[in-house]
Amino acid sequence: MSKKFYLYSVLIAFIVVAPFVFPDFKTQLATVWLMIIVALTWDMTGGQMGYNSLGNITFYGTGMYVAAVVTIALVYDVGEYNNAFGGGIYAFTSQQYFLGLILGTVAAGLFCSLIAVIIGFITFGLRGPYFAIGTLGVAIAAGELVSNWDWVGGGQGIALPVFPGDYDVGKVMFYFLFAGTGVILFVFAKWLYSTRFGAAINAIRDDEEKAEAMGIHTLQYKLAAWAIAAFFVGVAGAISAFQLIHFEPLETAYQTINLGIFMVVCVLLGGAGTLWGPVVGAILFHVFKEVTWNYLLGWQWVALGALIVVTVVYFQGGVVGWVMDKYPHWFGLSRVAEDVAEDEQS
Amino acid sequence: MTSILDVTNVSKSYGGVAANTDISLSVKKGAITGLIGPNGSGKTTLFNSIVGYHPIDSGSIRFEGLEISKMPVQKIARLGLLRTFQQTRIYGQMNGIDNMLISLPHRKMRFVDAFSRNGSEEHERAESLLEFVGLYEKRFLRAGSLSFGQQKLLEFAMALMNEPTGLLLDEPTAGINPTLINGLIDRLRRANEEFGITLFVIEHNMRVIMNMAEHIYCLAHGQLLAEGTPSEIQNDQRVIDAYLGAH
Repeated sequence: MSKKFYLYSVLIAFIVVAPFVFPDFKTQLATVWLMIIVALTWDMTGGQMGYNSLGNITFYGTGMYVAAVVTIALVYDVGEYNNAFGGGIYAFTSQQYFLGLILGTVAAGLFCSLIAVIIGFITFGLRGPYFAIGTLGVAIAAGELVSNWDWVGGGQGIALPVFPGDYDVGKVMFYFLFAGTGVILFVFAKWLYSTRFGAAINAIRDDEEKAEAMGIHTLQYKLAAWAIAAFFVGVAGAISAFQLIHFEPLETAYQTINLGIFMVVCVLLGGAGTLWGPVVGAILFHVFKEVTWNYLLGWQWVALGALIVVTVVYFQGGVVGWVMDKYPHWFGLSRVAEDVAEDEQS
Repeated sequence: MTSILDVTNVSKSYGGVAANTDISLSVKKGAITGLIGPNGSGKTTLFNSIVGYHPIDSGSIRFEGLEISKMPVQKIARLGLLRTFQQTRIYGQMNGIDNMLISLPHRKMRFVDAFSRNGSEEHERAESLLEFVGLYEKRFLRAGSLSFGQQKLLEFAMALMNEPTGLLLDEPTAGINPTLINGLIDRLRRANEEFGITLFVIEHNMRVIMNMAEHIYCLAHGQLLAEGTPSEIQNDQRVIDAYLGAH
């Protein structure tokens, strides 16, 4: 068995025992996984394909709403439920809860893929910063739209049923839902980047005009990549909805200035366009965020801004990119300078 | 012999600047055809028109009998008509092998094929073509770290990997060390003879184009000035005047 096998075994073992070894940090660990999921999916279009989206939060929010609506609709009338204002009593059996959790999560992923294709069809005509601003606009518009839609509770948001069972067991379940999704996403991304699909989206990043000139179906690949990313963000949103129990549109679901930006920072911090970069970045970012939010309260946004500035100015390749640059032979990249210099004399 | 590419009365202007006026030419199947002309005479504009980079104002462009003047770039590329760029374009962050593998002909692929890996057959083809252009030793270097001349060779190899029927080359020898040029001429010829690719070449280096091409078109001020065999072109007073600035 190779060294890699042992490394991955240790990692998997750690993931499994973590919530039991650190019982006070179950929700924190779950949030780390959420950050890993949104960072990895952001990197699919941002780092690997060169399309920096600021609108991926749309899928997070939409995932929450789709999961909630599906869960409620299985038992009650959605409009009535969301506008009861505490007037009615709506109980869910544990069977209804878990059915809603499963169906709602799957529906959220699929629906988000669908809207990614629709939004992508329009916004992928934009390049560079225009794409970023365009998708940001979509996210803000989606949040405003939903917050004015009474059927889904308007600005009040939606309250979902509570986990039927022990509170601590619920926490463990949500940890494993996020961790499972994260692991599946990581393995999927690792495989995807090794296929021709991965090569094609990298080609689009490096030179889209060249890719077009070589006959690559660029739009098809862009839509597929975003739809895949949206699926996982939607699933993460759905799980979050059940974990948070109550969410409202602008601050929780379509939280453009929080999670919507954090996912970008995670990737930049860890290293865009690498498989491990977003994972490393998400972990570092979350630790940094929790430390500053606890010990530098009042200055936490300043600290975050400073972190972004330092990353962008000094570590443009992120942590992983910086290590790759220093020790290319660890990654099987040979970049012998003399080789390049003697080029045309041979 | 039949022609593979027919350009008929094509005009293209940018605002008030007429880059191409009423140009008609045809490229014979299986041959090497040259396109020369002083700087700014509209050669690259004509190439861009042919491969669909911008719409033309009037005229018709046919590839293997099919009207392509209104098709987008990707569709024309998938028909088997490729171009290389004057300002070389390769995928800078990938290594040489990956650059070659991504250039596999997508017209022969279904969407599901994108989710499989390249087999040893594709790798061998990539390596043998890199060997063909003399870049085998550098195949694991990041393409962006190659010199300009090497990137040019890589771009040529990538075009061959795509198995086109017609290939438009925009100044293939520009920026390449003079001692390497002979080797490149030889490779272009072999690409033409062994792989059966029709070549249409923009070239400033007269020695190269006169050696290689069967038939040459000369543009000046956006208009077709002369055409003929290399020796006819060399002895054409109008061509000489255009190059010396008498026009």
